[in-house]
Amino acid sequence: MLAMDYRGPYRVRVEEKKMPRIEHPRDAIVRVTRSCICGSDLHLYHGMVPDTRVGTTFGHEFCGIVEEVGDEVTNLKAGDHVLVPFNIACGQCHFCKQGLFGNCHESNPQATAVGGIFGYSHTAGGFQGGQAEYARVPYADFGATLIPDWMDPDDAVLLTDVVPTGYQAAEMGGIQKGDTVVIFGAGPVGLMAARSAWLFGAGRVIVFDHLEYRLEFARTFGPAEVYNFKEVDDVVVFMKKTTDGLGADVAIDAVGGDAAGNALQWLFGTKLKLEAGNAIALHWAINSVKKGGIVSIVGVYGPTGNIVPIGNVVNKGLTLRANQASVKRLLPRLIDHVKAGRINPKAMITHRIPLEDIADAYHMFSAKLDNCIKPVLIPNAA
Amino acid sequence: MNALTGNKTLVDTSSVTGWAVDADPRNDPTYPYRERDKDPGLTSNWQRPPVQQSNVEILQSIEHIRRPAVFGTANPPSGVSGMIRRVAFRYSESNWMHWLLLMGADRINVVEGVVEDLGRGKVPNIPGEMGVRAEWKHNKKGLATKVAVMAAIGVGAYALFSRRRTRQPAPSKSVTRLEL
Ligand SMILES: NC(=O)c1ccc[n+]([C@@H]2O[C@H](COP(=O)([O-])OP(=O)(O)OC[C@H]3O[C@@H](n4cnc5c(N)ncnc54)[C@H](O)[C@@H]3O)[C@@H](O)[C@H]2O)c1
Ligand SMILES: [Zn+2]
Ligand SMILES: [Zn+2]
Repeated sequence: MLAMDYRGPYRVRVEEKKMPRIEHPRDAIVRVTRSCICGSDLHLYHGMVPDTRVGTTFGHEFCGIVEEVGDEVTNLKAGDHVLVPFNIACGQCHFCKQGLFGNCHESNPQATAVGGIFGYSHTAGGFQGGQAEYARVPYADFGATLIPDWMDPDDAVLLTDVVPTGYQAAEMGGIQKGDTVVIFGAGPVGLMAARSAWLFGAGRVIVFDHLEYRLEFARTFGPAEVYNFKEVDDVVVFMKKTTDGLGADVAIDAVGGDAAGNALQWLFGTKLKLEAGNAIALHWAINSVKKGGIVSIVGVYGPTGNIVPIGNVVNKGLTLRANQASVKRLLPRLIDHVKAGRINPKAMITHRIPLEDIADAYHMFSAKLDNCIKPVLIPNAA
Repeated sequence: MNALTGNKTLVDTSSVTGWAVDADPRNDPTYPYRERDKDPGLTSNWQRPPVQQSNVEILQSIEHIRRPAVFGTANPPSGVSGMIRRVAFRYSESNWMHWLLLMGADRINVVEGVVEDLGRGKVPNIPGEMGVRAEWKHNKKGLATKVAVMAAIGVGAYALFSRRRTRQPAPSKSVTRLEL
């Protein structure tokens, strides 16, 4: 089968690879029909995630058709159309019982801090991902979710990650009616966070980015007040001024370690790798939220450490909440929202690219060429 | 109480689809803290899934008390990078050494990948792998600048290298440094 193949930082291609096979009684093999590239894949692509081995197939946002199931998978059969949450979760360990499906303890030998994730390096379990014609789906009886008949597969594939992630970012913000919510990042995750903030009753939604085309999209998709951080002198002062000197009630980091916008952080984090990525967005979130406010972090950082003003977290009495999205937990509610027309995820898809053109797809999404917001890969076998 | 002041609302919330449908005062404290006692008194002895059987070498975090029930079997550690990875896994996830060694191994692994390609008689098309076609299509100016910079670096490196070669070799140090 054809599959994406990582060769090193900024180098990917397609390769003919062995078909995945059932390796565990709760596995399924899925023929992939759609597979996205995510902002999270960029951390891998840029060589920021330790233990990303050459030969890895990325891809944790995919949907497709069940080809084969293991002995213990009784709720799925060949031919079923499923969407596959990016978290590999058993559904029964200490953490899964608390709904922490992004933190399963039975899916990742290489690390305890994160559960298994498809195609996300050996630090996340060493699983091959879904940017391929076929994928092995462990714990398929728990994770893989039937796509309702009425649902557009373009919406389904976005429900595997960015929609729940944006929604959970807003949820973890503990937003109360009327709250002012500031969101850093207008990528698919930040866009969904902006949309979701309203569902939780926000009174004001503000989005920062530096890519004009994304801000323009956020303005109507949120809807949101949008600002280019390169055009304001000081993001934090700006936020204080626009909230009568108080700061936002809730700040959301939807950027993570591949941020732009601060030379020092860029040097230490992005270039020298002395910290786990550039943490300027988190820095701004901490400093622009009000005292007693909540900072909700879904942007992804490496496992070592980052330079952030933790003293201000103490002095301001902030609550930090963060996680990998717990996709399976949120799916029922989000499927409702899609059905009711409250969210329209597929509007974010800007590019459909054959799997064969993976190298160009990655470069385009990474360099933000051609006004790219969300690229979807379509394998030939689809 | 929120910091919002009425006149600052630029969006009329009644016009926003789905406004406040998920508003819930009980959403604070929110997930995940809210669910913290869903599993009271539980120890690590939960009902485990069946355990995956495999002969592939799996490196395991020393913070695990036993191997998780499922895992990926692709790309087991191999070569020099594999040797470094094995050493890395002697340290916990809390230890910087763990991650520094893995990052070092990743870089060496890239060289191993090229050697492997060449060994199979395949010269990797590196510009292609880096998406030069997309760059050409959507960012011709950027591509031109990059090519110019690369050329300048190439010429500079060559000049430096050929000058070094004519000097006496420096006494070698016995410190092995990982290229990060
Ligand atoms: N926690 C989770 O479960 C989860 C899931 C999916 C993605 N993520 C993470 O969310 C983040 C965003 O993902 P995405 O797919 O939207 O990525 P993306 O790359 O498409 O978007 C990131 C956006 O942030 C902008 N940005 C860069 N620096 C900024 C700054 N200093 N302030 C404000 N904006 C800035 C970029 O211009 C870009 O538009 C990534 O870190 C990704 O890894 C987390
Ligand atoms: Zn993702
Ligand atoms: Zn679990």
